[in-house]
Amino acid sequence: MSTRPIADLVVPKAGQNVWLVTLSAAAMAFLAVFALALSMSAARLADSWAQALSETATVRIAAQPDEIEAQTAQVLEVLRTTPGIAAATVMAQSDQAALLEPWLGPDLPLDMLPLPRLIEVTEFGGGPDRQGLRLRLAAEAPGAVYDDHTRWRRPLVQAASRLQSFALLSLVLIGGVMTAIVTLAASVALSANRQVIRVLRLVGARDRFIARAFVRRISRRALAGAGVGTALGMAALLALPDPASAVPVLAGIGFHGLSWLWPLSIPALTFVLAWSSSMATAFHILRGVT
Amino acid sequence: MISLDAVSHDYGGGALFRDVTVQVEPGSFYFLTGPSGAGKSTFMKICYGELKPSSGSVTLLKRDLAAMSRDDLAGVRERIGVVHQDCSFLDHLTLAQNVALPLTATGRPISGSDLDDLMGWVGLTDRADAKPPTLSGGERQRAALARAIVAGPSVLLADEPTGNLDWEMSQRLLMLIIELNRMGTAVVIATHDLTLIRFAKAQVQARVMRIAGRKLQLAGAEL
Ligand SMILES: Nc1ncnc2c1ncn2[C@@H]1O[C@H](COP(=O)(O)OP(=O)(O)O)[C@@H](O)[C@H]1O
Ligand SMILES: [Mg+2]
Repeated sequence: MSTRPIADLVVPKAGQNVWLVTLSAAAMAFLAVFALALSMSAARLADSWAQALSETATVRIAAQPDEIEAQTAQVLEVLRTTPGIAAATVMAQSDQAALLEPWLGPDLPLDMLPLPRLIEVTEFGGGPDRQGLRLRLAAEAPGAVYDDHTRWRRPLVQAASRLQSFALLSLVLIGGVMTAIVTLAASVALSANRQVIRVLRLVGARDRFIARAFVRRISRRALAGAGVGTALGMAALLALPDPASAVPVLAGIGFHGLSWLWPLSIPALTFVLAWSSSMATAFHILRGVT
Repeated sequence: MISLDAVSHDYGGGALFRDVTVQVEPGSFYFLTGPSGAGKSTFMKICYGELKPSSGSVTLLKRDLAAMSRDDLAGVRERIGVVHQDCSFLDHLTLAQNVALPLTATGRPISGSDLDDLMGWVGLTDRADAKPPTLSGGERQRAALARAIVAGPSVLLADEPTGNLDWEMSQRLLMLIIELNRMGTAVVIATHDLTLIRFAKAQVQARVMRIAGRKLQLAGAEL
């Protein structure tokens, strides 16, 4: 007869909170999978928006037909001497026509329209000093407007990182609720078993032994529940519609490649959380039971 | 082993006993008698630290009870075997598991054959897998004694260990306790059964303490 198995049994199994911990751990882990996915996707989204949009800009030149060539030359000269700009190319008329085709049709006499001239700019590093560049352009080529998409990029990136903060906050709240439930369950279990504690004390059991007997059971239930909840959460994510065909904003939600390993930390974290909070509760209560 | 110095106890309704000074030496054998309600169980509880006396000092295995932490007390109890008067068990464990509990709870190894021998000695071999709630009063007392001695304690404190037993079984258990005492265990048995005391005195050098009139007296040979 070895010591371990009985040490596991010294706390009676029955109790109203048998399923409380398992079920809540499952529910919380399920939610945590989504919060984690949301937080990672939001981070990725914010990154990719910031990146893709910050590397390109457009200069639009609207001027009288007789001035447009001169201004274009001046703008190109200004851009060439501005730090932070990798390349600037005047968009060919055919490309401009391709851009307009969906709206105006294919057989467009572009020459007849007072179209602005477009210069595609590729930035590098942090891009140019935009304020300074705008001032120089205003002086040299009054018809030129430097448009680096910042106006509409910023709120998007902001929204995405706000979304990420919410997701992280949700993870913290989920952890908090889990801690509260485990603490409650541990204190109910110990209070309902005062007689067991008395007998164990009588035969020389130390607080550590008694606490462990309770804590081990509660943490195991939390681990099992969190395992099931995490698996269900991951399955639910896998079952989401194919990202490519979905709305672009939703397309990112989920894990990709190695990031699928992240949700696996949820059961482990739940176990650690359950162990430490129920251990603290058990010691606190045992201090009061003689 | 256990020493009480000027100990008084009072549950709130007047002193139960006053100014008790006594020392239980290693290897000694004591009986504690007195009328029902005199405070025998109270005295025993003080001796294993379940109760702190209203005044006076208690030393258990050379350590001051008042200054002990809960873990210190647990360490002391590892070496004190106790038969509670109310014999409480863990009702969800089998009798054998309950008897082995002092070892399990302190991480000491359990020898299956020693456990079997012990269960045989107290006549509970057949009941080893029974749950405590299904036992008779006498069976509970025998199991409680087995649990108290399973870890080979330095001191055995038994509160009315034969109260529910027939004479034959009482004798048998007493012989087991006497055997233990011969091997060095100090013994204190609270009982009001004078026949039991006389029987023991024929086998072993036993002293008798008596609680009466709020005093603890060491009785002479008048029994
Ligand atoms: N926990 C307690 N609280 C208050 N009174 C108690 C308590 N335990 C015992 N008593 C009282 O103390 C007296 C002595 O009890 P006890 O020590 O059990 O005596 P004995 O074992 O000699 O019969 C009794 O009158 C009993 O009612
Ligand atoms: Mg009594």
